[in-house]
Amino acid sequence: MQENNNINKKKKFNLGNIVHSSGFSSLTAALMAIFLGLVFGFIIMLVARPGSAVAGFRFIILGGFNRLGDVFYFATPILMTGLAVGFAFRMGLFNIGASGQYTMGMYFALYVGFMFDLPAGIHWVVAILAGMLGGMIWGFIPGIFKAYLNVNEVITSIMFNYIGMFFVDMWVQNSSTMYVSNMARTRYLPQSAQIPALGITGSNVNFGIVLAIIIGIILYIVLEKTTFGYELKATGFNKHASEYAGMRGKKNIILTMVIAGGLAGLGGAFAILAPSAISGSSMTYEPINIIAANGFNGIAVALLGSSHPLGIILSSIFISHIQRGGTLTSLVGFKPEIIDVVIAVIIYFSAFSMIMNSALGRFIRRRLHHDVDEEVAETANVVTDHNNKEAE
Amino acid sequence: MEKYIVEMLNITKRFPGIIANDNVTLQLKKGEIHALLGENGAGKSTLMSVLFGLYQPEEGEIRIKGEKVFINNPNDANALGIGMVHQHFKLVEIFTVLENIILGVEPNKAGFLEMKEAREKVVELSERYGLRVDPDSLIEDITVGMQQRVEILKMLYRDNEILIFDEPTAVLTPQEIKELLQIMKGFANEGKSILFITHKLNEIMEVADRCTVLRKGKYIGTVDIKDTNKEELSKMMVGRDVTFAVEKEEAQIKEVVLSIKDLNVASKTKKDNAVKNVSFDVRAGEIVCLAGIDGNGQTELVNALTGLEKAVSGSVILKGQDITKSSIRQRSILGISHIPEDRHKHGLVLDYKLEENLVLQRYWQPEFQKGGFIKFDAVRKYAEELIDSYDIRSGQGPITAASSMSGGNQQKAIIAREVDKKHELLVAVQPTRGLDVGAIEYVHKRLVESRDSGKAVFLVSLELDEVMNVSDRILVIYEGEIVGEFDPKRTTVQELGLYMSGAKRSTVKENNHAGE
Repeated sequence: MQENNNINKKKKFNLGNIVHSSGFSSLTAALMAIFLGLVFGFIIMLVARPGSAVAGFRFIILGGFNRLGDVFYFATPILMTGLAVGFAFRMGLFNIGASGQYTMGMYFALYVGFMFDLPAGIHWVVAILAGMLGGMIWGFIPGIFKAYLNVNEVITSIMFNYIGMFFVDMWVQNSSTMYVSNMARTRYLPQSAQIPALGITGSNVNFGIVLAIIIGIILYIVLEKTTFGYELKATGFNKHASEYAGMRGKKNIILTMVIAGGLAGLGGAFAILAPSAISGSSMTYEPINIIAANGFNGIAVALLGSSHPLGIILSSIFISHIQRGGTLTSLVGFKPEIIDVVIAVIIYFSAFSMIMNSALGRFIRRRLHHDVDEEVAETANVVTDHNNKEAE
Repeated sequence: MEKYIVEMLNITKRFPGIIANDNVTLQLKKGEIHALLGENGAGKSTLMSVLFGLYQPEEGEIRIKGEKVFINNPNDANALGIGMVHQHFKLVEIFTVLENIILGVEPNKAGFLEMKEAREKVVELSERYGLRVDPDSLIEDITVGMQQRVEILKMLYRDNEILIFDEPTAVLTPQEIKELLQIMKGFANEGKSILFITHKLNEIMEVADRCTVLRKGKYIGTVDIKDTNKEELSKMMVGRDVTFAVEKEEAQIKEVVLSIKDLNVASKTKKDNAVKNVSFDVRAGEIVCLAGIDGNGQTELVNALTGLEKAVSGSVILKGQDITKSSIRQRSILGISHIPEDRHKHGLVLDYKLEENLVLQRYWQPEFQKGGFIKFDAVRKYAEELIDSYDIRSGQGPITAASSMSGGNQQKAIIAREVDKKHELLVAVQPTRGLDVGAIEYVHKRLVESRDSGKAVFLVSLELDEVMNVSDRILVIYEGEIVGEFDPKRTTVQELGLYMSGAKRSTVKENNHAGE
């Protein structure tokens, strides 16, 4: 008996350590995905233009280092939408509505930027907060539907992407203060509403990235150190157990969606309030009935970052880095779309390797207690297990 | 030599990181009832799955009637005359009994079913073996016991000579168990060979000729039942002496803690209420056990009591306070501790560490949080205390992932959490389900301890041995109604069985819930 126990312990120690350390598995998953994605991208480049593939690949890997300012600038919005998707995902909610929340954030920020006349130094801060509020509202509504009517958040938030985008396009076009109809875009924002630049020449990088990284770290603390984070993760892992423990699921669903919406809204505000390197101009919004791509890119960022706030910070910077490098490949004759292929493959592999990792983990775990402790239901399940295994 | 009809010689089956069967040998004689005994996780089901063709062994060989065979899938097993009654039946609910029996081997002429022939064979078989079934009833309308008879007829219809029964008595009432054991004996007398998987020693003593014991995947031995006794078998199974009787003093009953009055709870599947006008009290210092066959409203009753489900009408009163409409958290604060029926679904967050699970009911209390931040050192210290005093074993102590712990230790963790929490009423639903003998002993001890410290204990159990041994008072539930109240010292398992199956009923004494 004693002997057997020891054997058990030892076994669990070895396997358990590796399988159950989530940090380990997400990091290996991400690194494996990146590696495979890059290899695959290189092969495609070899096929497309064998002569310049090596030079092009060098640009993808190293190009971003020469344009670090831009890397951070383009990382800012996808970092925020990545957090918006990842944070909700930790509670088991798939916030596919980051685009709509992002767009709402843009509009609210623009509104404050154009309509409010506030002193410099305060104006952009208020505009950012307004953007957050806009996103929050657009997260709140699907949250309410989910909590009280049990309407799947995926469906509501997809619809809210369209509703939000069309509303904003309509509002922008109807406002002569904001819209220049012959240019089909918004006017330039007043200087006071623009986020201070970080002063890197030739780049629009601004204070937004600093705020975004700070927000990521705060989210990490919320998730890992607070009772709210404890409840949120418990609900994400096991809804039934969280209900059994008396956690208020409805309140937490709404709160999580509001926070996620706020994060995406901030992303929109950071994007639209960014300063322009050309003095006297600014970012503009073009009401062209297209859903903001940065919202969907957030899903990719969150996936690569395993929905972990710190992972999302890194993955957004990484994706932005190879995107910047990718634009340089046109110097050796590649179409800039090549980098989208590489990123798509990386995301594909990251979903794939996460499934593989978790399937492997589940398989070992199942073997561990299945046979050590849980034989009762086994015979009944073997048939299905058997089938499942074949399916896998 | 044809002495053995089935021989599984030196079977070894490995799964990643574990040896489920380690050099196991099982030899089944023609015409015998051979019991396969072992705790949960001893490798019984794996061994049977190997015989049934669901797994391939890494080492060892299988011989049927002396000839070496390779069984690659259940169809091969069937062709060799091996049939199995699974613990969870494999029946199509909306088909009739007859349709289920012929499923897969439908007699046909040019693609058209020949039901008449099939019906004759089924009726003939059911009469010959005393397996009473109505061929035209739908499976969903018949009792669990009858469903099991359908499973047995399926084997007979396929002319199987080797019959495997996987824990067949778990779902039956005492009367049905008796009948089943008789039927099994009849098969053996006819020359069929039976493998009987169980961990109930009484049944083995009653019907089996020989018994093979497995422990932790290893072959311990094969004994003749006439040369052995229960104590010896259990020692072989567990590896040490086990006490069967639960040691406890006379109950010191005090004031009423829980009072349920005219409670009705809706059913999720039927139009009828799952719990109908149920009233009873549980007092401090006693263990009241709700006995009944699974699915007679126990789950709904407990859900309404703990707040997981809303009651349709009636009231739940805890220490004089009406909590019928209170939230789960409020009930927990007022003193309900709940050991849930399904420890993976409700009891634990499997992806959390052990220490995080141990504070699942208390993480919000000032002891463990300040200003919304969890005090992780306090959590760690508390977890270490509980691990120590409740003997929770795990690979890495407080930071072990709950999912990697054994079932028995997961249950210990839940019990530690619920018993250590300040409570007046302990609700324990099938707390020993799926646990081995040693862990069952542990759970029973803790329940009695809780009672002796002056708490009220409400136990829901499907195991009659547990009901008889642990409780101070027994309530029997049948189709959502309390149909009898008993003193365990003055009743028998047989009598309880009659009430559980609805064959008898009495009105529960009015003074019981009049509020003493």
